[in-house]
Amino acid sequence: MNDAIIEVTGLRKRFGPTLALDGVTFTAPPGKVTGFIGPNGAGKSTTIRVILGLDAPDEGHARVGGHPYRDLRNPLRHVGALVDAAAVQPSRTARNHLLWLARSQTLEAGRVDAVLELVGLAAAARRKAGGFSLGMRQRLGIAAAMLGDPPVVILDEPFNGMDPEGIVWMRKLLRTLAAEGRALLVSSHLMSELQGIADHIVVIGRGKVLAEAGIDELLARAAGEQVLLQTPTPAEAYRVLHRAGGVTTIIDDGALSVSGLAARQVVAALGQSDVVFSEVTTQRPTLEDVYFQLTSGEAEFGTNTVQGAQR
Amino acid sequence: MTTTSTPPLLAGTPERARFTAVLRAEWTKFRTVRGWVIAPIMAAVLCVVFTFLVANGTHTDFCTGTGNCTAGHAFVPTGPKGQAVADSYYTLGGRLTGDGTITTQVTSLTGVISTAPTDVAPSQAQQTRPGVPAWAKAGILLRPSTRQGSAYAAVMVTGGHGDRFQYDYSHDDAGRPGPVSAGSPHWLRLTRTGDTLTGYDSTNGTTWTRTGTAHLTGLPATVYAGLFVTSPVSFQTSASGARTLATATFDHTVIDGSATPSAWHGQSIGAGEQDFYPTLRAGSYHRAGGSLVVSGSGDIAPAVVQGLLGADTASSSLPFGLTVALIVLIVVATMFVTAEYRRGLIRITFAAIPGRHRVLAAKAVVIGAVAFVIAAVAAATAVPLGEHILHANGAYVFPAGALTVVRIVAGAAALAAVTAVAVLAVGTITRKSAAAVAGGIVVFVLPSIIGSISSGGAVQWLYRLTPAAGLSVLQALPRSAQVDYPYTFANGYYPLAPWAGFGVLAAWAALVLGIAAVLLRRRDA
Repeated sequence: MNDAIIEVTGLRKRFGPTLALDGVTFTAPPGKVTGFIGPNGAGKSTTIRVILGLDAPDEGHARVGGHPYRDLRNPLRHVGALVDAAAVQPSRTARNHLLWLARSQTLEAGRVDAVLELVGLAAAARRKAGGFSLGMRQRLGIAAAMLGDPPVVILDEPFNGMDPEGIVWMRKLLRTLAAEGRALLVSSHLMSELQGIADHIVVIGRGKVLAEAGIDELLARAAGEQVLLQTPTPAEAYRVLHRAGGVTTIIDDGALSVSGLAARQVVAALGQSDVVFSEVTTQRPTLEDVYFQLTSGEAEFGTNTVQGAQR
Repeated sequence: MTTTSTPPLLAGTPERARFTAVLRAEWTKFRTVRGWVIAPIMAAVLCVVFTFLVANGTHTDFCTGTGNCTAGHAFVPTGPKGQAVADSYYTLGGRLTGDGTITTQVTSLTGVISTAPTDVAPSQAQQTRPGVPAWAKAGILLRPSTRQGSAYAAVMVTGGHGDRFQYDYSHDDAGRPGPVSAGSPHWLRLTRTGDTLTGYDSTNGTTWTRTGTAHLTGLPATVYAGLFVTSPVSFQTSASGARTLATATFDHTVIDGSATPSAWHGQSIGAGEQDFYPTLRAGSYHRAGGSLVVSGSGDIAPAVVQGLLGADTASSSLPFGLTVALIVLIVVATMFVTAEYRRGLIRITFAAIPGRHRVLAAKAVVIGAVAFVIAAVAAATAVPLGEHILHANGAYVFPAGALTVVRIVAGAAALAAVTAVAVLAVGTITRKSAAAVAGGIVVFVLPSIIGSISSGGAVQWLYRLTPAAGLSVLQALPRSAQVDYPYTFANGYYPLAPWAGFGVLAAWAALVLGIAAVLLRRRDA
């Protein structure tokens, strides 16, 4: 049995009238970054809390390395988790925050300094965590997750509040940890954050898993290329492109999207008809598009998705 | 994996982290928040400071019967074991050298009770009505000297407790029951053999029953022996008590031994203006035919002085400061758990230590130990300081004895520890700081504050049923079965024995701890 695996089977959980989890089943395999994606309120955090034994499911179970979380001795040596970066005692220093965690797992204080080094907080080790930016708190949370050098790492929205430099660092760290053979479960409400690092994707909406697949398979499912263009006369452009055989949609007053025609063909057709245009771009399908396609079917969450995307 | 490797876990063997690891984690949490370390130290300082202020604000005036008041206090005799005692009576006797026996027959015991309370000067309290207090005493007394507080042994008839053999103020053996009357006289006999004193009683003067025996080590060859009569303050009609006087008739008094009966003389002991024990009159005797009629007022018994003297005790300055310290400790104990809920830190804790009851237990041990040490240090400093200040201000401080002081200090520490643990549980239940602090203060401190400022029967229940019962550990004044006294809170007595009161507090703590444990298991983190 590999320690580096998360198996979630048939989780169901109700909070009062709301069915938060409605039969969630997926696996986060070893050596891969599993992207756990869904709009706010989809059930990502609840699922993670169930995996960590914090919330009890009404039905189903979650296992880490084959065991229920609550059966793990010194669990931080098996599973490292970042649940809420804001969860620090403001007046406690970063080092002391990690020190009590280390004590609880009978880990040496040396591990504390090692993980502070790992996340680039060594210089801020003796500063009070209350004064940390959200980005620094995320790093502290990662440090806590890595304290027990666990085969399984679970990160809930790790990119929140991180500056661009931090995001680059985080993406690199996630790749490294997966390359070491660990199973990583990384949640996000933004597909774009995980593009390029997630190997395996679990999309969740309204408490259900909408898709679970490898990244390539998922991209292949998406619709083909689209051409976007800007024009002051969208109605005229629509007519011209429609005649040329493109499936055209007017997005707003000055923008259209066209599929079924290559960018070159679009430019030619518009040029022949003397339609004024600017900014012709080709858009390849992204995880974001897949995500929208999957979640837009969930009518209630359509709006949430857009809000989520705008943050 | 980068550094450590984790030994694989066998399937189906749930294992838990060692409790010591959880304890170390919680201790590290506690000591790394500066406010949580400073606040308990402040609590100790505040406890000492407020105890000092209370003691320093206590001034005692001593008023004589003529209405002159001066700073200082009345004289309270100190018994052979350092305890405070009452030693006021009228006696008719003289020297007895070597072994000997005194025999007498008590044919009557009557008395009067003043209609005025004890806070009225004796000269104004001579209006009386008939009545004999249950612990009015008349009999034979033997002691090294009549110095107040010295050792003694006595055999006596009483107003309502039958015949008794008593010695050294706190030892009491019952003899034949029933009151004395002309139709039913009681014979009494006291025998000295070396250091051994034996009391007997009899219905006929020929058949004797041993009532009790005392060994007064170091008894000199020549001792004082004689008849005595005394009559204690009665609380039957007045909360502040009424002075009484008893009169006994002795017949057939025989001294068998090396003594000079003709040299017997009467004297009043401990009925002076400076003496603390309220007496109606100094007492007297006269001969009536072959009988000796002796009147006396006072008591020979443990001193129960709070109501009579307004006496302070080793712990009397402590409760206010201790309450202040408790409030500070309650805030810290609350924060120790509610801060984790407020910050979401509790999820990190329970992810690291899935055994939630172990977390609660470890937190309880940490906060309980902190509160215990803080309160122990505070009380161990504040109690002697308060006592010293009271002495310096001329107040009479009831002698507590080392064991009582140790119990008060340990009790205050245990009280703080259990309160802190209980409030920790309240915090675990409410998960909100304000609610837990308010709840903790209302349940664990407010009853004692109400109790300290109000009076009446309700207060007695407050100290029986609510967590305020825990304050019983501060009880410094002893009870005595030999003294009829209203042992009420107003007179300095908690209704429950120290450890019984502490048990009530502990039961409350166990209750909230149990609720917290159940909720912790049931609730999602």
